[in-house]
Amino acid sequence: MSFVADPINFIADWLSKLLLGWGLPPDLVMVLLFIIGSGLLATVAMLWVTILIWYERKIIGRIQDRFGPNRVGPYGLFQSIADMIKIFTKEHISPDGVDWFPFTIAPIIAVGAVLAVWAVIPFSANFVGTNLSVGILFILAIGGIGEFGIVFGGWGSNNKYALLSAFRAVAQLISYETPYVICFLIPVMLSGSMNLNDIVKAQDPWFIFLAPLGALIFFITSIAEVGRTPFDLAEAESELVAGFNIEYSGLKFGMFYVGDFLHSFTISLLFAALFLGGWKGPWAEQIPVLGFVYFFIKSSAAYFLVILLRASMPRFRIDQMMDFTWKVLTPLSLTVVSMTALVDKLLPANLIWVRIGGLILLNIIIFIATDRLLDIYWKKPLFQKNNQVEDASKASSVKLGAG
Amino acid sequence: MSILQIIFLLAALATLFCAVKVVITTRMMHSAFWLVGALLGIAVLFAMLESRFFVVVQVLVYIGAIAILIIFAVMLTRKIMDENQQRMNQLWGLAFIPAGGVLAGLIYILSRWNAFNTTARTAPVNGEDIEALGKALVSPTGFMLPFEVSSILLLAALIGAIFVSYDRKGGGR
Repeated sequence: MSFVADPINFIADWLSKLLLGWGLPPDLVMVLLFIIGSGLLATVAMLWVTILIWYERKIIGRIQDRFGPNRVGPYGLFQSIADMIKIFTKEHISPDGVDWFPFTIAPIIAVGAVLAVWAVIPFSANFVGTNLSVGILFILAIGGIGEFGIVFGGWGSNNKYALLSAFRAVAQLISYETPYVICFLIPVMLSGSMNLNDIVKAQDPWFIFLAPLGALIFFITSIAEVGRTPFDLAEAESELVAGFNIEYSGLKFGMFYVGDFLHSFTISLLFAALFLGGWKGPWAEQIPVLGFVYFFIKSSAAYFLVILLRASMPRFRIDQMMDFTWKVLTPLSLTVVSMTALVDKLLPANLIWVRIGGLILLNIIIFIATDRLLDIYWKKPLFQKNNQVEDASKASSVKLGAG
Repeated sequence: MSILQIIFLLAALATLFCAVKVVITTRMMHSAFWLVGALLGIAVLFAMLESRFFVVVQVLVYIGAIAILIIFAVMLTRKIMDENQQRMNQLWGLAFIPAGGVLAGLIYILSRWNAFNTTARTAPVNGEDIEALGKALVSPTGFMLPFEVSSILLLAALIGAIFVSYDRKGGGR
């Protein structure tokens, strides 16, 4: 094992040998290595956020025909570091009547729940924090804890706007979790494992080619789980002032902000790991450091899509959002999972092109059928009548006025 | 006393403390939060048995789904922002009868249970065999009947929810 090919395991090996050489018991050495490793990973993730914020602001600036940050450092690269220093020096203000414990712990949960997901993501062929056999379930469980960051923040602030926002956020997260969890089943089913590293290793054709619709639903629902722009009803400025974090200031607000960006990147990492082949690429097994590069290129591409969606989509109305998940995404994801399971068993597994072709054909058929069904639903007299209720009430009021 | 036993005692005490707090706090929202603490304590107990699957499922099902739903329901009730809500109604004396009955039953069963001295078995190092669990759930010699009965129960709950919320006058929403 050389330093160039696999620096992280090289350093870990060297460190453990050094510590064992000092006469420490092996259990303690392992615990120490885990503490050092998780601390480093968390620090790298938090610093990575400064680059993510710069990347996002730059791209959104370009889309809106502006330059974006361009004063601090080359291409404005140090803008977020300046912002970070500013936010460190700000005062913490706790408004009157806050519920102290939930109010304080909410930002910590918001960041911690996102960072915990990084523990099971395989970053290269042999670098994964914990090789958990139930990695997928772990991610879902941590997502459930992350919801408490919002609930605690909204409740603890003693503010009606914050509470209303937390309320909306929880409704949204519960609703979108259904298709989200169902879509997690597709990679599990295709690879036969809940371990993320095994899922990455099993992607001989990337799973996006075997289940394009599943990947699409996963992408949409994961954006909803983060609460990014088409689904950012929890922070609708025009209705709720600022959302569940309205009463937070200084570093506490900064943690919500960081958690938000980190969560968006984490879903890109998950999308890349589950559907885009993770660290897989030419020579990634022999030279693990290449796996990092591939993985970050793939997840940055997914993150770019997230930003594009944020910059180009208007916000959904709350009833549209609920209709979309319960009437379209949930039945569609159930259909996709069951049909994929059926067709994949019928197709010969060793003829790779037949398998890809068959599954893509299946996905196209399901997509067209969904499109037709939605079209029929749209033209149904019942729906038309509902849409005309407003017009009718207007017309009747005009009539009354005339009478 | 080994370190594991100390951790066990701490986790068990914390779980019990949270469970008592669920019942005696005056604010309904705080009870829901304490319930989360109690459920997390049980997850810690599973973690001490090195059962990864049950830790994750405990957090996923009880905290991610049930506690969130309870909080959701509490948020829908009125006057949750008020301090000093009334947590008893006039019938609180009657509640002693079922509660006492359950307590007596539990004490009776536990006093006849002679497995207190068995040492807890921990799961193997690489996690327990989930595949065996999955196969047992669908094999006719295993737990297929309870599994199917519970799925029928859930289906009935789903249909019931649709029936309750369905607007039969054809108004759509």
